Amino acid sequence: MQWISNSPSDTWKIAADFFRRLEIPAVVALHGDLGAGKTCFTQGLAQAAGVREPVCSPTYTIISEYRGTVPFHHIDLYRLGGPEEAFDLGLDEYLEAGGITVIEWAERAAELLPLSTVHIRLDRGEDDDQRMICIVENPLEKKMKDER
Amino acid sequence: MILLGIETSCDETAAAVLVDGAVRSNIIYSQIAQHAPYGGVVPEIASRDHVRKLPGIIREAMQGAGSSFEQLDGIAVTYGPGLSSSLLIGYSAARALSQRLGIPLTGVHHHEGHIYSVFLSEKPPVLDGAFPMMVLLVSGGDTKLVYMKAPGCYEIIGQTIDDAAGEALDKGAMLLGLGYPGGPVIQKTAEGGNPRAVRFPRGLDNPGGEWKYTFDRKLCFSFSGLKTALLYHVQHHPESLKDETAKRNLIASYQEAVADALAVRIERALELYDCVSFACAGGVSLNKVLREKLGKLSEKCGVPLKLSSPKLCTDNAAMVAGAAFIRQSLGHPFILPDDVNPNLRLENWDNT
Repeated sequence: MQWISNSPSDTWKIAADFFRRLEIPAVVALHGDLGAGKTCFTQGLAQAAGVREPVCSPTYTIISEYRGTVPFHHIDLYRLGGPEEAFDLGLDEYLEAGGITVIEWAERAAELLPLSTVHIRLDRGEDDDQRMICIVENPLEKKMKDER
Repeated sequence: MILLGIETSCDETAAAVLVDGAVRSNIIYSQIAQHAPYGGVVPEIASRDHVRKLPGIIREAMQGAGSSFEQLDGIAVTYGPGLSSSLLIGYSAARALSQRLGIPLTGVHHHEGHIYSVFLSEKPPVLDGAFPMMVLLVSGGDTKLVYMKAPGCYEIIGQTIDDAAGEALDKGAMLLGLGYPGGPVIQKTAEGGNPRAVRFPRGLDNPGGEWKYTFDRKLCFSFSGLKTALLYHVQHHPESLKDETAKRNLIASYQEAVADALAVRIERALELYDCVSFACAGGVSLNKVLREKLGKLSEKCGVPLKLSSPKLCTDNAAMVAGAAFIRQSLGHPFILPDDVNPNLRLENWDNT
């Protein structure tokens, strides 16, 4: 599955389309560089899930909780050293909590992710406003295999 | 009334003693050096460092105020929002101390601390004539406009829809390889630069697109696009980082965009709401360019501006004890939380 977005509002529509296909409870891992549109996609997904308030960057608090038509958790693991720390923060509880859990920088705790995790890749397209958004196979599993 | 304040919500370990709301000691240990190599706060390092430093910091605060533990009337501690693993250290220490000493413990919302810090000094706080007040709360983790009809009465009228202002400064500094934390280093390297050399977006300026939030769009902030604009600028103009003058101009322009985006929103808020004063609090309120802009705005609209003294801008424990003191002195009882709450929301004192 692949979408092409030409603007932030396109990305919101794509996130809403993705939400309609999503089986809940769901864990969604986002992959992409700084400025690739991870925040924008998360905002669109939260909106589709009925969250009425803005979903802000959780970089400083790691985990933000919101309430929509389903519980919505936004997690950024950028600052974590590894899976033990994620465990200490209670990440496993969120992964089993139901609703939708969106994770950025999931590679910091790849071992903790459930098998059913949906992985999304966001990349910049040909011009500055374009983004390619794809549902992909677990890129972390491949990475783990490669490392073995 | 002698209160001990404790604050460990992020990467500052802090304790302070206030006597009748007057700051007698305000000890802050910053972990910045520990986190700098990672470009941001690492939770595990933060909580370990809090454990190591907090007992000494509390002792220092008590000694600095010339008080003994037996003289304390209560303990105030930040119980959210923040990093759960960091909050827990201060909360556990405060709770244990209050039980050992048999004195009340009160939980304080971190942002309430920042808000009331504008009233704190070596003298007891005076709130008369300050309300209704508009508050711009700006830190690494938050950017909000709070309208306060009276003390303890909070109406969030606008906020960031993505990154916080401090985060924009941190991420900008990271992109430019300037180091961490972003605010001070950007201010320093921007000095003497031309803030109008590069035009960066102020966020949400373009009226197009959908708006699905209940907030007035004109009072909300967006810094995510600013960071991306900086990234593109550097990629399209790699020469701007090689020449010292060009680099200084670029950084000054970026800082200007952050400060301007903040100042413009509070100006709009002051036009829409009847206020007799306005305030700016939180770590980013230390920024010189922002302070100047707010000072000019105050002159222009004739509404007095309240800023915290520099030692009370970044995270500290005097503001925590100060908020608890003000709450208590206005007749609202202490709240004893059962636990920390990393996602704590600002709530009115009369629960409405």
